Amino acid sequence: MRTIRSLTLLGVVLAIAPAGVSPAADAGRTWLEDGIRASLSGSKVKDRDLAIAALSGDASEPSTRLLSALLDGALYCDKDSGAVFIQENGVFLDLDGKDAGVAAARLKKSAVDNKQRKEIAAILNRRRLSDPDPEKRRTASAALMEIGAPELEREALTALIQAEKDPATAKNLRTALGIRLAKDADGDTETLLRAVEWLSAGGQPPAGLALELLAASPRREVASAAADALYWGKVGRDWTAIAETTFFGLSLGSILVLAAIGLAITFGVMGVINMAHGELIMIGAYVAWGMQRLLPGNSAAALFLSVPAAFLIAGAIGMVMERGIIRFLYSRPLETLLATFGVSLILQQAVRSIFSPLNRAVENPAFMSGMWQIGRSFNVTRGRFYILVFSAGVFFLIYAALRWTRLGLEVRAVSQNRAIARALGVRDARVDALTFGMGSGVAGLAGVALSQITNVGPNLGQAYIVDSFMVVVFGGVGNLWGAMIGGLILGIANKALEPFSGAMLSRIFILVFIILFIQKRPRGLFPQQGRAAES
Amino acid sequence: MKKNVKLALLGVLLISISAAMAGAAETIKVGVMHSLSGTMAISETTLKDVMLMLVEEQNKKGGLLGRRLEAVVVDPASDWPVFAEKARQLLTQDRVDVVFGCWTSVSRKSVLPVFEELNGLLFYPVQYEGEESSRNIIYTGAAPNQQAIPAIDYLRDELEVERWILAGTDYVFPRTANKIIEAYLKAQGVVDADIMINYTPFSHSDWQSIVAEIKKFGSAGKKTAVVSTLNGDANVPFYKELANQDLTAAAIPVMAFSVGEEELSGIDTKPLVGHLAAWNYFQSVDSEENAEFIAKWHAFTKDEKRVTNDPMEAHYIGFNAWVQAVEKAGSTDVDAVLEAIIGISVPNLGGGMATVLKNHHLTKPVLIGEIQSDGQFQVVWETDDLVPGDAWSDHLEGSRDLIADWTDPVNCGNYNVKTKTCGGQ
Repeated sequence: MRTIRSLTLLGVVLAIAPAGVSPAADAGRTWLEDGIRASLSGSKVKDRDLAIAALSGDASEPSTRLLSALLDGALYCDKDSGAVFIQENGVFLDLDGKDAGVAAARLKKSAVDNKQRKEIAAILNRRRLSDPDPEKRRTASAALMEIGAPELEREALTALIQAEKDPATAKNLRTALGIRLAKDADGDTETLLRAVEWLSAGGQPPAGLALELLAASPRREVASAAADALYWGKVGRDWTAIAETTFFGLSLGSILVLAAIGLAITFGVMGVINMAHGELIMIGAYVAWGMQRLLPGNSAAALFLSVPAAFLIAGAIGMVMERGIIRFLYSRPLETLLATFGVSLILQQAVRSIFSPLNRAVENPAFMSGMWQIGRSFNVTRGRFYILVFSAGVFFLIYAALRWTRLGLEVRAVSQNRAIARALGVRDARVDALTFGMGSGVAGLAGVALSQITNVGPNLGQAYIVDSFMVVVFGGVGNLWGAMIGGLILGIANKALEPFSGAMLSRIFILVFIILFIQKRPRGLFPQQGRAAES
Repeated sequence: MKKNVKLALLGVLLISISAAMAGAAETIKVGVMHSLSGTMAISETTLKDVMLMLVEEQNKKGGLLGRRLEAVVVDPASDWPVFAEKARQLLTQDRVDVVFGCWTSVSRKSVLPVFEELNGLLFYPVQYEGEESSRNIIYTGAAPNQQAIPAIDYLRDELEVERWILAGTDYVFPRTANKIIEAYLKAQGVVDADIMINYTPFSHSDWQSIVAEIKKFGSAGKKTAVVSTLNGDANVPFYKELANQDLTAAAIPVMAFSVGEEELSGIDTKPLVGHLAAWNYFQSVDSEENAEFIAKWHAFTKDEKRVTNDPMEAHYIGFNAWVQAVEKAGSTDVDAVLEAIIGISVPNLGGGMATVLKNHHLTKPVLIGEIQSDGQFQVVWETDDLVPGDAWSDHLEGSRDLIADWTDPVNCGNYNVKTKTCGGQ
């Protein structure tokens, strides 16, 4: 009953237009007339064209609000009456911004397609260019340089530049004007030379394209100035490309290192060929997913909490594996390989049966998504950067634990000479279990990091097991530094090759290289030295 | 007297046992051959469930030809040679009357000789690369002209795309589909410099440099789109990297041929809004048949959140077409069913009809959908009419003159209309 009454009320409000919101809305104004409303609530996406065209001509605040809601997919229509609501934080507001108190079940989203979204974004961006807030003007002017951005008219740009006081915004606007001038290719030599100056100051890809147009200009002065600017732009881009490839390589390497550190402990230090290592990574990723389910709406906290949780859970599973199966098979590598391979299949199918074979969606917290722009065109993706930092942190913690703690000392003692270590009172069985647990726990940590960039599903582990072994063998068995350096080298080499040979061939090249390398140096980059290495 | 009663009782018992046995022998067996373990379980498990649901439904309606249907489920474990073994087992040991199964093209290629040798009947429910028509297979998924070509038309006409990136996983479907798309684009006057082709291994997870390259390719001043034939696991890291590098659908839209509702349920779709997919069915399609199907599916799986997708619709159509063909033929004999099934029309889930054509493909509508933040698709474009599936692409050298026709007098899967011979020459 209440809904019905509020709906009728709303109908009245809509009919007389929200006079309180927009001062321009006098009695004769029909900014949300029936035609537009019908167009917003129509069942076909194309129906929206009419409303967008009508709203684009009306720069009032409610029209902007309506358009941005349409853009964000927050505009809903009543299925029967066609009344329009804007969703904000799960509440449906009417056009006055008051809670309309309608049930979501009665509403249907007013959808738009790509083309319309682009159109709306352009309309809103144009309005934002004359917003009183300089911050908004700056982002709006930067958006003019993005891929596929709509262009403004020369007169409009000139007017905006004259009115603009913020230097960054003015610079962007001038670049946009430069692009426009280059495309039209008219104006005297002086104007075009100024355009070259603006464009080379801008430096974004569309500016580069505009410079190329000017470099082909019949006026010699303009052409040579543009060619100069292009040359320096190209030099800058070459350096950016090198920096980019290095970052991509380090980032891929950091993931390889993260996946391999656990194996460097269990395989490198203990000599256990653990084929279930990948599944321990997968369990870590599922812990990240589970934590996110436990703390809905707070993905950042869930991610931080899943770091210790994944370490403990994967570590505990690793210890159970060691106590239950692996300890009976020490010094029988072939049987260990087969047994752990069996465990890996069991774990995979268990996950399939318990959580379904489908992948699970793990959200990226806000601080993990997006990128930083450094300089003109060098971008660093945040998620990758944090994973790199995380990977380095995990490495140094494990390194410190093995180097400077009592347990680390015992681990090294047992791995070097079990009999003597026992004679000196080291409880080797306990050390074995803890070492294996630590290696498995680190695999769990890798899983948390991977949940941010790839699928969380039963097959996650398989994708990383080969790479992990590759890194450990390449770096040198029994050496943490080897795993670190080896992983980074493989990552960078892979990314350096990729632009020339494609992802498929670069992987093959790397594998062939490792085969040859192992032929030459069977003990890897950093072979173990001393007597322990002989056994 | 007592003895007689005993004998009579024994007789009754024997008769009822033999009757029961006869009844058991008379069930119609429906083979279901989808991977329930291994890499492909992610996609195929759902199809097994939908087949069990369809069989159960049919039994509730009183079975078929007065007999009950019985589903025989096998698990080929995502292992291509095992597909052939399981197909042989279904046809020779379990003696099934029909098989619904396979997902990847390589698994279909692996079972094809088995079905032809033992004269079985396979319903294949997934969109595929075409260039094939077997007497023993009904292709209920889309051929390239029912998915790829209309999608390219949409990008070119509606979004005014001029530069193309064809990104695919390195195996038979993307390679063939991209060959067809490339030939089609070039026939339209697109030059080499405006086409970039990129193949990646299965489950490729590090997309940083490729996405950076796409960005560079897309900033040449012409509207650019990615046509993605990436398979399975590679999609999530790909879309995540696109979002991380701020490539929105407004700048460079991605049109995917293998991403459906099921795949999206494993992705956080908020950064993906506006990217596209081309299918013949979406769960969001507004029709009575679809609403009923979704309700049944939720009731069967006891899970309100389970999504439906295009290959499920293909099985729905295929199963109903088979049921009608069996009723028309009056038997489950493969030859009789194959003869009866051509020309049969059954409702699809979009409110239209699907007809089984002479080339063992179907008529289908083509829909373009945009990804929404809730993991569903919003239909933004559809073909006006049903598109008949074309087994042999008109855009490839060597397959242009071929047709498939499984009716007399042609009765051939690769008939050359120029030379009037069967055998592809």
